Amino acid sequence: MSVDMDMNVLIVDDYKTMLRIIGNLLRQIGFRNIDEATDGTMALNSMKNKRYGLVISDWNMEPMTGLDLLKQVRAKGDDNANVPFIMVTAESKTENVVAAKKAGVNNYIVKPFNADTLKQKITSVLGEF
Amino acid sequence: MTNHPDDSLTKDNCDTVVIDRDVYERDEVIQLINSVLAKAIHKKDAHDAGIFKEISALKGVIQDTRAEIGKLGAGDINQRHIPAATDELDAVVGATEDATGAIMDSCEAIQACLVEQMPDKQTIEGQVIKIFEACTFQDITGQRISKVVGTLKDIDAKVRHILAMLGHDVDASSEEGDADRQEEKRRNDDSALLNGPQMPDDVPTQADIDKLLADFD
Repeated sequence: MSVDMDMNVLIVDDYKTMLRIIGNLLRQIGFRNIDEATDGTMALNSMKNKRYGLVISDWNMEPMTGLDLLKQVRAKGDDNANVPFIMVTAESKTENVVAAKKAGVNNYIVKPFNADTLKQKITSVLGEF
Repeated sequence: MTNHPDDSLTKDNCDTVVIDRDVYERDEVIQLINSVLAKAIHKKDAHDAGIFKEISALKGVIQDTRAEIGKLGAGDINQRHIPAATDELDAVVGATEDATGAIMDSCEAIQACLVEQMPDKQTIEGQVIKIFEACTFQDITGQRISKVVGTLKDIDAKVRHILAMLGHDVDASSEEGDADRQEEKRRNDDSALLNGPQMPDDVPTQADIDKLLADFD
């Protein structure tokens, strides 16, 4: 089954430039419904009202980090609890990857990244386009 | 260098200790005081006993200050903080240079494409994606600069503590703010995982991360 390009995708990053970059790359891939959040609280609010097919989040944000966001999403037990979650971050130490995996991350992209890496990781999480 | 009239620290029967330099190492000061104390200890009159007491107190103050400065890790400033900050700034310079080069390469490629009678849409799209990718430098350099700002704050806190110990008036409210921020950071159990970008030579590749993730499956 191919990926539904109409699914809702949520990007979370406190750098607006990164939101624009990832949003543009996702549109280039073919996704049409992309929401943006500049912090974890805003992301959780968005998830109260909408079911998402994919979340792509930065880790290094304040006051709620991407890891905290991931933990809260997984703990909620609502429609979005099992949403595929990709961490895009400069935090690339082994302990970070391990912590993210334990918290339930589906994939992990190290910044700086390119469009091919983003597409490849989305494919590994959602399946072929 | 001129000797000031009040540079003479003390006099004994036959020898005189004269401060003929403006700057002394801390160890030299301690040595000097110990030398004066050794001489003063043999004096019996009240005047010399007073001098002895004052110099003893001075010695205590200097030793306490040394111990406090040692506890603060003031040596970290030049051994750890400054080198780390300069490495981060070097990485920022490198990343901005690389990104600028990549963006200009793509712009030139688009420009060359547009000269053609039938510009290749795919080529232009590919170059636009490369520009987007290159723009990710802003996030990474932003995080690096934040680390440098954090380092400067650490240095500022240490210098403030040292000044306070030496009796200078420091802004107490600012120190309280620093303490609050540190306490907030301690409360967050995962804060140790927030280190920002690693140095380009140390950073694991995407392949390293993929391998690590695969080990979980």
